[in-house]
Amino acid sequence: MKLLEGILVVDFSQFLSGPSASLRLADFGARVIKIEKTGTGDICRQLYVSEIEVANESTLFHTINRNKESFSADLKDEKDKQQVKDLLKKADVVMHNFRPGVMERLGFSYEEILEINPKIIYAGISGYGEEGEWKDLPGQDLLLQSLSGLPYLNAESSKIPTPMGISVVDILAGTHLAQGILAALVKRDATGEGSLVQVSMLESALDFQFEVFTTFLNDGEELPERSEKNHAHSYVAAPYGVYETQDGYLALAMGSIPKLAELLDCPPLKKYDDPKNWFRLRDEIKKILAGHLKEKRTKYWLDILEPADIWCAKVLNIEELIDEEGYRVLDMEMTVFTSKGQEIKTTRCPVRVNGEILKSEKGAPFLGEHNDAIVREFGLMEQE
Amino acid sequence: MSRKDQISKPLEGFLVLEFCQYLSGPSAGLRLADLGVRVIKIENPGKGDLCRILPIKDQWVEENSLLFHTINRNKESYTANLKSEEELAEIKKLISKADVMIHNFRPGVMEKLSLGFEQVKNINSKIIYAEISGYGKEGPWAKKPGQDLLLQAMSGLMFNSGDRDDAPTPFGLAIGDILCGAQVVQAILAGLISRNRKGEAVKVEISLLESLIDFQFEIFTTYFVSGKRPLRSAVNNAHPLLGAPYGIYETSDGFIAVAMVPLQELKKALNCPRLEAYDQSMVFSKRDEIKSVLVDFLKEESTGFWMEKLQSRKLWATDLKNWKQLKQTKGYKEFELEQEIDIPGSKSIKTNRCPIRINGEKLWGAWPAPNLGQHTASVKKEFELNDKPV
Repeated sequence: MKLLEGILVVDFSQFLSGPSASLRLADFGARVIKIEKTGTGDICRQLYVSEIEVANESTLFHTINRNKESFSADLKDEKDKQQVKDLLKKADVVMHNFRPGVMERLGFSYEEILEINPKIIYAGISGYGEEGEWKDLPGQDLLLQSLSGLPYLNAESSKIPTPMGISVVDILAGTHLAQGILAALVKRDATGEGSLVQVSMLESALDFQFEVFTTFLNDGEELPERSEKNHAHSYVAAPYGVYETQDGYLALAMGSIPKLAELLDCPPLKKYDDPKNWFRLRDEIKKILAGHLKEKRTKYWLDILEPADIWCAKVLNIEELIDEEGYRVLDMEMTVFTSKGQEIKTTRCPVRVNGEILKSEKGAPFLGEHNDAIVREFGLMEQE
Repeated sequence: MSRKDQISKPLEGFLVLEFCQYLSGPSAGLRLADLGVRVIKIENPGKGDLCRILPIKDQWVEENSLLFHTINRNKESYTANLKSEEELAEIKKLISKADVMIHNFRPGVMEKLSLGFEQVKNINSKIIYAEISGYGKEGPWAKKPGQDLLLQAMSGLMFNSGDRDDAPTPFGLAIGDILCGAQVVQAILAGLISRNRKGEAVKVEISLLESLIDFQFEIFTTYFVSGKRPLRSAVNNAHPLLGAPYGIYETSDGFIAVAMVPLQELKKALNCPRLEAYDQSMVFSKRDEIKSVLVDFLKEESTGFWMEKLQSRKLWATDLKNWKQLKQTKGYKEFELEQEIDIPGSKSIKTNRCPIRINGEKLWGAWPAPNLGQHTASVKKEFELNDKPV
């Protein structure tokens, strides 16, 4: 079921944050038209990750932009600009992730779009907000992680600050923008009014940390300390962590230390019978546990811990994961096709609607692939 | 009680019932509340949401954990024993008035309580019914506990952070819960839009595992296309798919992050002789070598020294800030990210506000989290849940 059927999104955004938001809207059934610069297009087309290409473009681009159309335009050319403006008259949502001031300079400010489309939802992602001393800095994921304290939460305390190895700020800012757009569409249905929706990567990065940042704000501003060993979360007591076994790794979440002592047959853990000490003495406790768990295989431990309802899991890499029945039943994979017939296997939208998974075979567009069709459909040549 | 702010929020007038505990579902409820809906938590009369007694770093606000207060501000609490026929009937009456219900019980629990989607549709033909699970409803993992660290372990996520020879390294935050909560909000809102147009109830489902696989869509797709599992770099890894110099480096007095900077530009900025042996075609094949050169070289001078060289050329780099350093910046203060919540009978607490702005306005939501069952009586009265049908 296409929840957003009939909704037209015109998307000026590039790279990951904005395009991941419009991908989700497309997954839910909206029609997304990318507005791309004539000649080069979304810079992500040329952003090669790990040397892997699809049709001479980056895999990453094809992954994020599936199920969308491409309209190329030179926004400094009056004719092209007018065509895009005429298209925007029909749009429900327009979105961008340019630095502050760029849309205004191009003649696509909120006020200008409002004049031609009074019910528009106008949505933008910035790196650091629309004003203030950081507004012109590059809104790049690793830089935002580094500025917002995230690297101080990961890996053992002897390691240098360690970033999260996925572009988490881009992705979360994208989800926040999609939330804002969808909320604004709900409001428009109720009141007939459009909205301006704004998200910044910095605010999204701190929202991501809201639990631990709130703790910091209220505990006298003590900085987080990572565990010496088997670190998983600076604010959670032992045994929370990842432990090496004889043949792999085991994750242990929250649990009672004396109960673990008994189940694992690890007497030195018995003396830690007061839960109040499990945070303060976590390095000591984890050290004992780490030494003990190394002695046997992962399965041996799981067979003891799982029946006792201890929160534990085997650590899998993606190769191991996709061999598991638990992965197969999710039916997470789908194949998309470009208009030239290249196939790309990727993952689907994580949401099910009325029990159905959402799949679409439509691959990412080539630059300007839909110009002619869009010009015809929306009558964009009438001016001439 | 009055809301501190008088800004009109986009979702005013909608009612959400939250049958959830811990973080995934309640973080979705929190976002919806910040966007203007009225959220009523439906809690078990004994202990309620178990997050109430789950502290982090042993921080408490009276009888509830600070963590609970952080996630559940701006909501109401209604207690009901769903195994009592009478109380269940009251809940069903409340459901008939709601727009959305969210639950994160393990598969089958709501159906047994006669609160599954098909059953609820008979009470409210326009409900948006959202269901969060750990691993989906079928297969060998359906009954496993849906706890964040376990999902990080099983989804492959731990092989993205840290260096190649390090143990699998988790994200130091509950990314699965938070992302899944964010995605269920999207699905609920898309459901409301569909309902407005088509007039029909919608069920949306998501699991933490699907969320974390979606989160790694670049890694999975690269693996599918290449047949090779993307590996962490052995030196100062920051992203398995990105070449040198992408990473965080130690300086003589701190740390700097260097993002995608073309090698030619980096050479000009740093004047590092050993870098001359490399060019842009080698940023993947010689990733670890190039980064090792930078590790040795950048250690020699201060953060300020390097930042001046990098930023004067507008290269993508920054110095690292911990929260204390961040809080002292003008940039942080300009954001007004904190809000203060007055808690009756206790000290006030400071917490983050919603990261989304609507019509240029920040969305404040400084209502304190509810005590267990604090609103049971008022909700019963307002929705006339006690009244017998005529």
